[in-house]
Amino acid sequence: MPNDLRELYQKVILDHGRTPRNFRRPAHPTCRAEGNNPMCGDALSVFLVLDDRGVIEDAAFEGQGCAISLASASLMTETLKGMTRAEAERLFEAFHSLCTHTDAEPALPEGSADPLTRLSVFAGVRAFPIRAKCATLPWQTMKAALAGEAEARSN
Amino acid sequence: MSIITPVTRLESPAVKADALDARRLRDDFPIFAQSVNGHRLVYLDSAASSQKPRAVLDAMRDAYETGYANVHRGVHTLSQRATEAFEGARRKVARFINAASADEIVFVRGATEAINLVASTFGRSLRAGDEVVLSELEHHANIVPWQMLREERGIVLKIAPIDDTGTLSLDRFAALLSPRTRMVAMTHASNALGTITPIAEIIRLAHDAGALVLVDGCQAVPHAPVDVQAIGADFYAFSSHKLYGPTGIGVLWGRAAELNALPPYQGGGEMILSVTWERTTYKKAPHRFEAGTPPIVEAIGLGAAIDYLQGIGLGPIQAHEQGLLAYATQRLSALPRLRIVGTAERKAAIVSFVLEGVHPHDIGTILDQKGVAIRAGHHCAQPLMHRLGLPATARVSFGLYNTMDDIDKLVDGLHMVMELFD
Repeated sequence: MPNDLRELYQKVILDHGRTPRNFRRPAHPTCRAEGNNPMCGDALSVFLVLDDRGVIEDAAFEGQGCAISLASASLMTETLKGMTRAEAERLFEAFHSLCTHTDAEPALPEGSADPLTRLSVFAGVRAFPIRAKCATLPWQTMKAALAGEAEARSN
Repeated sequence: MSIITPVTRLESPAVKADALDARRLRDDFPIFAQSVNGHRLVYLDSAASSQKPRAVLDAMRDAYETGYANVHRGVHTLSQRATEAFEGARRKVARFINAASADEIVFVRGATEAINLVASTFGRSLRAGDEVVLSELEHHANIVPWQMLREERGIVLKIAPIDDTGTLSLDRFAALLSPRTRMVAMTHASNALGTITPIAEIIRLAHDAGALVLVDGCQAVPHAPVDVQAIGADFYAFSSHKLYGPTGIGVLWGRAAELNALPPYQGGGEMILSVTWERTTYKKAPHRFEAGTPPIVEAIGLGAAIDYLQGIGLGPIQAHEQGLLAYATQRLSALPRLRIVGTAERKAAIVSFVLEGVHPHDIGTILDQKGVAIRAGHHCAQPLMHRLGLPATARVSFGLYNTMDDIDKLVDGLHMVMELFD
C-alpha cells in the first residue's frame, strides 16, 4: 500500500467516513447552506444552531459524498460546537491552509493549535490536490451558512 | 484502407479475444511510454477522451511544418495545400460514416457544438407546444441545449425511459411520439452505462411520426463501424477527441436536404456568398455552418485518426473491445460487494460499477496510485444517475490499446481498495 494513500486514508478518516457523526437535521437551525461539487456530484447541507451570544450550540450535516468529504464534515461538526462565530471563521482559514498549503509543514495560526491538531489528519490531501476540495467543501458550506448565504461559493 | 460494410447494429457477431494485437498497438501511442505513479499506465478512461496515436501527432506536426496557411483564401501554394488537406479530411470523415457526400460533413468544435447547432438552428422553426423526445440515457450535452430551447420557445420535452438494466424500452419510446413531435435526439451508445440503443428502430418510429432524428454518436463511432445512411438518421454528431483524434474538432453530419433547410448558425467570414450593407447571402452546407477560420490542423489530425483506425479495421477493434468487455464483466462480477450498473444486452466497451461502502471518488484516487486511470462521478449524466438512485459510479471504458492484463491490474487495484476500506 503506497504511503501517500495511508496518509490520505487514515483510520480516523475511514471511521468518520463510514459512520459520520452529527449526520442529521436539527429541528430549528439558525442557519444552513448547501455545498455542491459539480465535478463529482458531492452534495451536502450544513446546519448550525447559534445561541444569543453567537456561540455554536449545535452543528450537523446531511448529504452524500466520498470518504474524505463525509469525514471532514463529521469532524468539522464535532469541532465547531462551543465555538464563537469568529473562532469558527478563523478555524476555517486554518483548515483551508492545512489542506491546500504546499509547504511541507502545515501553517498553524497562533491560538488555533488545539482544534486544528485533531483536524491535521486531513493534511494528507495535500498530496492529492484534486481531493483537497472534498475536504474543504463542508467548511466552505459552513462558512456560507454563517454568512447567511444559501450556497457555498465554488472556489 | 478497409471497406465499410453497412451495419445497423453495433454489437459484434462473434467475440474474439485475439482480434487484434493490442500489445503491439500500444506502441503506436507515445503516452504509454511513461509510467504513472511508478506503474505501467493502465488507461481505462477512453470514453472521456482517448489517447492519440503517433500517426495523428505526426500528421498535425507535418501540417504545421510543411503545409500550413489559411484555407479557401489564398492563391498561393501553401493555402492550396492546406485547403486540399482540410477538404481531404472532410472526405475521409464522409467515407468513414458512409455519408452520401462530403458536403454533408460540418466541422464543429465537438459533439456539444454539433447538438447546439441543430438545437439553435432547427429550433428557430419550433413553436410553443412542439415536442422534442430525448432519453434517460442522455449526456448533459444532449439535454441542456433542448432545455434552453424549452425556456426560449416553450417547447415540450419528453423523456424515453429505461428499465433497471439501463435498456431503453422501444414500446415506451413509441408511446411518447405524437403529431407534435418534431425532433428525437438520442444517444447511439450511453457514455455512462455503455447501453447501445436500438437506433435504427428508433429512427424508423420517429420518421413514421413525422419527426427528424439527431443521434449523439460519441460513444459509437470509436467502437464499431457506423453507417449513417443504413441507420437512416437525419443528423449524427461526434467528437474527434474520443476517436483518437485531437481536441477542438467534431463532426455534425446531416442529410444535405436537412442541412440546407436550416438557417445559418454563426455569422462571419467563410460562410457567406456575398455581403453588402443591404443584404448578405449564405453558402450552402457545409460552409454555411463554418463561420471563421476553421480548426484546420485539427481536421487533418482527425483525418489521420480515421486512416489509422481504418488501417486496423473497425470490425477487429469492435471484436477486441467486446472481448475486453466480456472479460471485465466476468472479473468484476466475481468481486464481493461490487455491483455492475448497466447490464443491457448490447453494450459498448464501458462498465460502470459501485462498490458497497466505498465512494467512486475514493476508488478513483486509490486506483490512480497504481497507475490505473478510471472515471468517477456522474459522467455528465445527472438525470440518469437520479433515475438509477446513485450519486455517482466508477466507470472503466476501453479503447483499442487496452489488454486483458489491464483488466487484471484493475481488479488487483480494487482488491487494494477493499483491503483499505475493510
